[in-house]
Amino acid sequence: MFRTVAELVEIAENENILISEVMIRQEMDVKEKTREEVYEEMEKNLQVMERAIDDAMQGVQSVTGLTGGDAVRIQKYMKEKTPLSGHLMMDAVSKAMGTNEVNAAMGIICATPTAGSAGCVPGTLFAVKEQLHPTREQMIRYLFTAGAFGFVVANNAFISGAAGGCQAEIGSAGAMAAAAIVEMAGGTPQQSSEAFAMTLKNMLGLVCDPVAGLVEVPCVKRNAGGSSLAIVSADMALAGVTSKIPCDEVIGAMYRIGRQMPSSLRETGEGGLADTPTGRLLKEKIYGTTM
Amino acid sequence: MKYNSVFDIIGPVMVGPSSSHTAGAARIGKAARNLFGKQPKWAKIHLYESFAKTYRGHGTDFALAGGLLGFETDDPQMSKALDIAKEKGLEIEFIEDSAAVDHPNTARLIIGNDSDQLELIGISIGGGKVEITELNGFELRLSGNHPAILIMHNDRFGAIASVTRILAKYEVNIGHMEVNRKDVGKEALMVIEVDQNVEDPILKELEGADHIIQISKIVS
Repeated sequence: MFRTVAELVEIAENENILISEVMIRQEMDVKEKTREEVYEEMEKNLQVMERAIDDAMQGVQSVTGLTGGDAVRIQKYMKEKTPLSGHLMMDAVSKAMGTNEVNAAMGIICATPTAGSAGCVPGTLFAVKEQLHPTREQMIRYLFTAGAFGFVVANNAFISGAAGGCQAEIGSAGAMAAAAIVEMAGGTPQQSSEAFAMTLKNMLGLVCDPVAGLVEVPCVKRNAGGSSLAIVSADMALAGVTSKIPCDEVIGAMYRIGRQMPSSLRETGEGGLADTPTGRLLKEKIYGTTM
Repeated sequence: MKYNSVFDIIGPVMVGPSSSHTAGAARIGKAARNLFGKQPKWAKIHLYESFAKTYRGHGTDFALAGGLLGFETDDPQMSKALDIAKEKGLEIEFIEDSAAVDHPNTARLIIGNDSDQLELIGISIGGGKVEITELNGFELRLSGNHPAILIMHNDRFGAIASVTRILAKYEVNIGHMEVNRKDVGKEALMVIEVDQNVEDPILKELEGADHIIQISKIVS
């Protein structure tokens, strides 16, 4: 069983297999399941992600009215104008935000690694798909690669905002997506690890400060940030850019930063954006009327 | 390691909005129901730190209710669970508790009916994964990664042997085992993680073994 990213990359390199393959074999081993069973379970998750994005494109609205409709707004903009950051980038952003709009509306999603950060991995997958034209198997492998990196973070640090702030959620999710994009684009296991490290480095210190304690503001838009950073970092890694601080040490830094974060910035809805005049006003409005 | 499957990371499939506050809360509720062995009539639920501060916004309240009703994390009825609980005669009270706890997402559930009562502490550690850290005053660490049987027994010699003898007879392998007692000679708790689900006939036989008070199981 791999415990670190270094071990994960080493196994993949020594056996000349993909990161996704290391994860698939470990899952078969730990759960005593066949390859078909493990694939089928992931295929189900993939279908849930696909459906959530479809739902988002019909336009959704949360109960509070705080979020919803932006995924559709961006798609419309992409049809009418040429996005400055590129079509693929805005497509990923739209699909990542859409997934989280569905989540905020209490629809059905697949947590990757959490519900609040559930947009980054599928958002990037279904955007990159349009350019790389992967097989269904490669799309399933994308999720195993993302999962392999998330597995290391979950066991060595944390993946919940309450434990480690938003860096643990969107930071992990975006970084997982970056590593998976690299593999799908034909990069090496080491390049996946570089992309992961570069994404997480840019998310270090990000606090979890949800307005009114809801997974809406700023969570939905932070999925846009996580997915766009994932694409940028994947491109950097594929270009041969490396992280001066090794991946596992970045994860270690994320852990120590999270431990130092006060409780007001760890999903209690007490600090940061939640504690702005508008944040407080929104909270009053929501709990005063609809809840 | 806390997480042992890729599906802890890519998953669960769930009703939004929060994996730790909604899906995890539902799993804590379901674990309590499983251990109680039936649907409770009442529940007093203490919430701490992040759970206490944000439970309404995250749907932690309806998720815990859904779990007590036996719902899975992706049950479409989840957001209506508080109303369904009322219809089914389950009274739930939520208490925002300011006591200090080890984990920010902690819930203490006291559930019961006219004759029985059960108290447990569950923590939601992220991504929908939970741990049961206390049951009826006994500390334990139950991850839910494996099926498990929990056996309340009298702290007497031979109690453990009588249980393991039965498991051996049915070729049930023990992966992890903990024994905890409140005081010498008083009530004790055995927590046994096994590789496969333990069938009801085996549970029946265990119930009849020496010094055994009560048995419940967790299905993985």
